Amino acid sequence: MIETHWIIAPVVLPAILAPLLAWVMRHDIVLARSASLAGAGGLVAIAVGLLNLAAGSGEQVYRLGDWPAPFGITLVLDHLSAAMVLLTSVLGLIVLIHAVATGWDNRGRHFHALFQFQLMGICGAFLTGDAFNLFVFFEILLIASYGLMIHGGGRVRLQAGLQYVVMNLAGSTLFLFALGTLYAATGTLNIADLAVKVREIAPEDAALVRVAAMLLLIVFAIKAAVFPVQFWLPTTYSNAPAPVAALFAVMTKVGAYAILRFYIIVFGPDVAATGTLPEKWLFAGATITTVIGAFGVLGARRLMSMISFSVIFSMGTLMLAISAFTPDATLAALYYLLHSTFATAALFLVACHILARRPSADLLHASPPTVQNGIFAALFFAAAIGMAGMPPLSGFLGKLVVLKALIPWEHAEIAWVVILGGSLVTIVGFARAGSMLFWKSTAEPVTEPEEDAPEPEDAPRPATALALAPAAVCILMMALLSALAGPVTRYLGVAVAQLYDREGYIAAVLTPPEDGDRPVDAGIALEAEEAAAQEDVTVEDEDGLTTGVIEEVGQ
Amino acid sequence: MEIVVASSVGVLTAGGVYLILRLRAFPVILGIAMLSYAVNVFLFSTGGLAVDAAPILGDHGEGGPYTDPLPQALVLTAIVISFGMTAVLVMIALGAYLDVGDDHINMGAALPEGETDGPEGRNSHSPNPLEDDAPVRFNP
Repeated sequence: MIETHWIIAPVVLPAILAPLLAWVMRHDIVLARSASLAGAGGLVAIAVGLLNLAAGSGEQVYRLGDWPAPFGITLVLDHLSAAMVLLTSVLGLIVLIHAVATGWDNRGRHFHALFQFQLMGICGAFLTGDAFNLFVFFEILLIASYGLMIHGGGRVRLQAGLQYVVMNLAGSTLFLFALGTLYAATGTLNIADLAVKVREIAPEDAALVRVAAMLLLIVFAIKAAVFPVQFWLPTTYSNAPAPVAALFAVMTKVGAYAILRFYIIVFGPDVAATGTLPEKWLFAGATITTVIGAFGVLGARRLMSMISFSVIFSMGTLMLAISAFTPDATLAALYYLLHSTFATAALFLVACHILARRPSADLLHASPPTVQNGIFAALFFAAAIGMAGMPPLSGFLGKLVVLKALIPWEHAEIAWVVILGGSLVTIVGFARAGSMLFWKSTAEPVTEPEEDAPEPEDAPRPATALALAPAAVCILMMALLSALAGPVTRYLGVAVAQLYDREGYIAAVLTPPEDGDRPVDAGIALEAEEAAAQEDVTVEDEDGLTTGVIEEVGQ
Repeated sequence: MEIVVASSVGVLTAGGVYLILRLRAFPVILGIAMLSYAVNVFLFSTGGLAVDAAPILGDHGEGGPYTDPLPQALVLTAIVISFGMTAVLVMIALGAYLDVGDDHINMGAALPEGETDGPEGRNSHSPNPLEDDAPVRFNP
C-alpha cells in the first residue's frame, strides 16, 4: 500500500519547499525561481500520478499516523479531489511562470515561499476528510493569501489587503463557532463520521445541527463569494497583483468544493435536522450573486474590477448549478468549475500585461494604443469569449450543460433567465471594455517621439513570448476542455457518482485498515489484541462500522 | 459554571462584533481578538463542562469522571492560529496606517476617483501620519 503515501505528497512537497525558499534562498532570486518552478512542476507530476491512482479504484484513504478514522486525521483521495488537486497544480505552474516572466515575483519579498504555502493550503483543503483539518488548511491558504495580496505594496493595495484580512478573520471565527456547535451536537468532526452521526441525531439536538449547518454555509459562501457575503471580492481581486488574482481564481473554488462535500455527504436532504434548508438559501444567494456579477461587469469603470465582477458572475452560475443538488447538475457544475478557473486566470493574466503598459493604468477609457496592441486585443478577446460563454471555448459548453442539467429542477425558469440574461449583459460589458481598450485607442493621437531621441527609461517594453505564453496556455486549456469534453465529463461522471455514493464514502473512511502489512512488535501486538477485542463489540453494529466504540468513548 | 461560561462567551462575542463594526483599525483588531477569545472559550465548552476532572481516561475507562480531551486539543490549535492571525493583522494594519495616513477599514470613501496605486500617489496626505496634528476622530 506504498502508493497511498503519495496522497499526502501535494501537502508535504510545498510544506518542505516553502521554508527553504523563505530562509535559505531568500537572497538569491535565481535559485528561488528555479526551486519554486521545480516544486510547482513536481506538484503537477504528483497530481497526475494521483489522478491515475484515483481513476484506478474507489476512494483511497490515507490515515495520518495510522490512527483509525474517526480518531485520527484522514486524507481522502477520490476522483473529485484528484481532479481539484490537478487543477490547482496546473494553474499554480501557469501563474508561477507568468510571475517569473514578468518579474512580479521580484517586486516584494518572499513571493515564492508564500506561493508554495498557498498551494499547500489549497491542495490540503481539497484532500482532507476532516472538518477541523479543513479549517487548518483554510487558515494556511488564507495566511499565505494575505501575504500575496499585499505583495508589491502600494497604499491602495495595503488598504484593500487590510479589508480582506479583517473579513476573513471574522469568517474564520464563524467557522470555529460552526465546528464547535457541530462537535457539541455530534461528538465528531470527521466528515464520514459526521455523515453517520447527523442522521442519528436526537430530535432535541436537531436545532444545534441546523445552526451549525447554516453557519458553515455562510463560511463557505464567504470563500465562494456568494451573496450576501460577496462584497469583499471585487475590492480584493481588483487591487491584488494581477498574477496573484489569477491564482485566487482557484481559491473561490475551494468554497464551492467544500459546499459540495458537506452538503452532499454530511447534510443531504435526507437529514431530518436540515432538510432542504441549505439548498433554498444557496439558491436564493446564487441567483442574486449572478445578477450582481453581471451588472457589475457592465458598470465597472476599471479593467480589474470588471474582471472581478465577472468572477462573481461565474461563481453565481456555478452556485446555481450546485444548489440544485442533483447528480446531473453537479456534473455540469464541476465542468463549469474547471472552465471558469482557467477563464478567470486567463483574463487576469492578460490584464496584467495591459495594465503594465497603459499610461492610464486600468481605467476603462481610451488612451493611445500600447505596444503590441493587436496581440493583447486578440488574447483579451479569446479570454473574454471564454468567460462570457461563447463558442468555441469551453464556456459555451459549460453553460450549455449547466442549463440542460437544470431543466428538470423546480427553479429552472429563474435559473435560465438569470444565467442567460446575465451572460448577455456580460457580453455587452466585455465588448464595451474591449472596444474601449483596444479599438477606440487606435484613433487617439500618438505623440511621435522625435527622431534620434533616446528611448525614455520607463517606456513600456513589449512582452516577450515567454511572458505571453501563460495567458495563451490558459486559453488553450479552455480550448482543450472544449475539445476533450467527452473524456472530461466521463471522468467527472465517475467523480459525481462517487460523491453521491454516501455509503461508499463512509465505508471507505471508517472501515478499519487491514493489519496485514504492519510491523509487529510487542506494543503494537498488544494494540492489535485490543483492537480485536473492540471489534467484537462493533461487529454487532448493523453497519459493521466502529460507531459502537466511538459512542462508548464519547460518553 | 454553565451560566458563567455561556454569559462570558455571549458578552465577548457581542463586544467583538460591536468593535468590528466600528470600522477603524484599532477597534477592529480588539474586536477580532475578543471574538477569537469568545470562540476559544466556546470550543472549550463544546465537550461538556466537567469540573475537577482530568482529560484522560482512567484504567479501562473506569477511573472516575473525565473531561473530553478533543476540544482541548482543538482549542490549542485555534489559540495558536488566532494569535498568529492577530499578529499578521496588526502588522498589515500598521503598514496600511503608516503608508496611507488613515486607519479606516472601509476604503470606499477614502479613495478619490482616479486615484491610482503608484509611487506618485503614495503618501500624498502627509509623509508621516504620526506627526500629523489632525485630531483623531472616534465617531466617524
